[in-house]
Amino acid sequence: MRYLTEFRDPRAVAALVDDIRATVTRPWAIMEVCGGQTHAVLRYGLDQMLPEGVELIHGPGCPVCVTPLETVDRALAIAALPQVTFCSFGDMLRVPGTDGDLARVRAAGGDVRVVCSPLEALALAGRLPDRQVVFFGIGFETTAPANAMAVHRARAEDLRNFSVLVSHMRVPPVIDAVMRAPGCRVQGFLAAGHVCSVMGTGEYHERARRHRVPIVVTGFEPLDLLEGIRQTLHRLETGRHEVANAYTRAVPAEGNPVARAMLAEVFEPTDRTWRGIGPIQDSGWALSAAYRDFDAEARFDVAGIRTREPAECRAGEVLQGRLSPPDCPAFATICTPRTPLGATMVSGEGACAAHYRYRRAGTGHPNGNGVTPR
Amino acid sequence: MTDHPPMTGHDLDPASWSCPAPVRNPPTVLLGHGSGGAMTAELIEQIFLPALGRPDGPLTDSAVLDLSAAFGAGGRLAFTTDAHVVRPLFFPGGCIGDLAVNGTVNDLAMVGARPIALSCAFVLEEGTDLAVVERVARAVGDAARAAGTRVVTGDTKVVEAGRGDGLYVTTAGIGLVPRGVDPRPDRAAPGDVVLLSGPIGAHGIAVLSVREGMDFSTGLLSDTAPLAGLVEAMLRADPDVHALRDPTRGGLAAALNEIAVASGVGIEIEDAAVPVPDQVSAVCSLLGLDPWCVANEGRLVALVREERAQDVLAALRAHPAGVGAVAVGRCTDRDPGLVVARSAYGSTRIVDLPLGEQLPRIC
Repeated sequence: MRYLTEFRDPRAVAALVDDIRATVTRPWAIMEVCGGQTHAVLRYGLDQMLPEGVELIHGPGCPVCVTPLETVDRALAIAALPQVTFCSFGDMLRVPGTDGDLARVRAAGGDVRVVCSPLEALALAGRLPDRQVVFFGIGFETTAPANAMAVHRARAEDLRNFSVLVSHMRVPPVIDAVMRAPGCRVQGFLAAGHVCSVMGTGEYHERARRHRVPIVVTGFEPLDLLEGIRQTLHRLETGRHEVANAYTRAVPAEGNPVARAMLAEVFEPTDRTWRGIGPIQDSGWALSAAYRDFDAEARFDVAGIRTREPAECRAGEVLQGRLSPPDCPAFATICTPRTPLGATMVSGEGACAAHYRYRRAGTGHPNGNGVTPR
Repeated sequence: MTDHPPMTGHDLDPASWSCPAPVRNPPTVLLGHGSGGAMTAELIEQIFLPALGRPDGPLTDSAVLDLSAAFGAGGRLAFTTDAHVVRPLFFPGGCIGDLAVNGTVNDLAMVGARPIALSCAFVLEEGTDLAVVERVARAVGDAARAAGTRVVTGDTKVVEAGRGDGLYVTTAGIGLVPRGVDPRPDRAAPGDVVLLSGPIGAHGIAVLSVREGMDFSTGLLSDTAPLAGLVEAMLRADPDVHALRDPTRGGLAAALNEIAVASGVGIEIEDAAVPVPDQVSAVCSLLGLDPWCVANEGRLVALVREERAQDVLAALRAHPAGVGAVAVGRCTDRDPGLVVARSAYGSTRIVDLPLGEQLPRIC
């Protein structure tokens, strides 16, 4: 098993699609929460293979897209400081704040560096004792444990020139928010496999019952996604509102106890505002009292930067699954990856960017109308 | 920022929308402008072409100058230049020196030219180890000889410490275009077969693997290689190859898009036919990169008439630089200007021109 192509096998995909077609008797709307899954669905055209009436609604699980404008503005302010070496995951570089983005801060002379792990930033802090090294800690339960580990180590090693701008989000509360939203059409969820590999499945059982939806833990390869969709549809057809795990090779029910312990040690739940959606109670993590010294927001006094989200961009409706990207009047006309109106068009995992990249209406290109005959 | 009424989701007038913070026409140069993608194209369109003048035909890897007035009918000279900035200077399978030579040799080859002579200018940073300079200079000489040409003129400049990444190399080259040979990005026609000379992505991933902060090793070597000999072999099988492109920055996606747009044809690629080494595929999956957008330095894409495709493919495979050559798709009259990939499942997706830098994603 090399874990490269096995889960893309065309024959196995065809068999799963047949199974799905045999399962479905009526229309259903399923939300894939995670942006990585949205990307894979469109990249492999999985939505084109589903039976008529089965709709995938793209959810708010793109960490770049939901990071509030205010947080981006705070990042820009910190990154522009002369004493700061600002470290970020690559895809935050182009996300527009109110006035520019991190790439432009870098072009203007700011020391902005792309890293692939917070531990890289931590190592940099060790090597550059005269610099203030700040890591932009965004993302869901997936990135949070490594960020927690970085802060934990910074305290253990007494690296006082290291800090983190924390804007971590938690998935379960936003599932509640999606279900509470007026006009919600979601009937079942594909839960993000990597989130569950950390957190386990415990947070979802009560939610599945309360919202009367099946929640199926799902991976990211074509076969994983189709299997998650199949299990969700099967439960919808039989009226079972329960949690299932279609990604057992990566997700044990209890998640990753070491990672969860690290999260509990370093972070505590906090209310967060989601870009395009609004404030959601307990939907994020902040540094707990014992680690607050490493909070970049306090260290560089940027907590006072307040930005109101503009009302014009409809990214919020996209993130809540109430608007499909191609149905937005601005899609691919005034809003493109080069001229994004909102973060959903900026991030590679954003639903608008994924649609733009792989599908565009008006091109004569098959657009979700079923599998094109070979 | 002024207060807005709460979002209603209705009665919005898109024409009056203000962008939250558009990154339109940034007033400064960004790294993305050097990516070979859409931002580079905009820079050329908006600043360089208006300032320098627009060529009569499409923008090609090399200019082809008609010298028949001076040297008799059919004499054509190809001319190109290429600046090289790469960090680190040495990477698995090559260094900035062979890259600088192969880049220019390949730009000449992409218009069907055989290289005659190269120039080479070095910009050295104060403090750079002379042993490094010597290694790079030897690599330049070796690569030129391997490509069947030589460096005949050059220049050297030194900048202050901290004002250059060790050294930069700029090469220029001239070559002769044989009679009857005229590959151009605007000559692809419906029915043409798309040939690819070998697996993609090795160069970009090999360089990435030794960048600061990337502590993985793949065993991958850069594919950097001169393509002039390979092109000569192809042209012997079919002098009328319609279009040639080396998928360097911006990768296969950019090369195919340029041809599709310049020729006004659609290009359909069979996803499964494009060879991607396992290591490239794995690293790209891990970092959220698209192998089709990763740089290559020793690969080419050729668009050839259907009736000659098998012979050209055989000629490619018979050459050491093209043993992994495959047919990956064809041109159509559907969707002009669009590159479409068909998955092994029969579903399709648009293959877009990469925007700027490929940025590793978050999770």
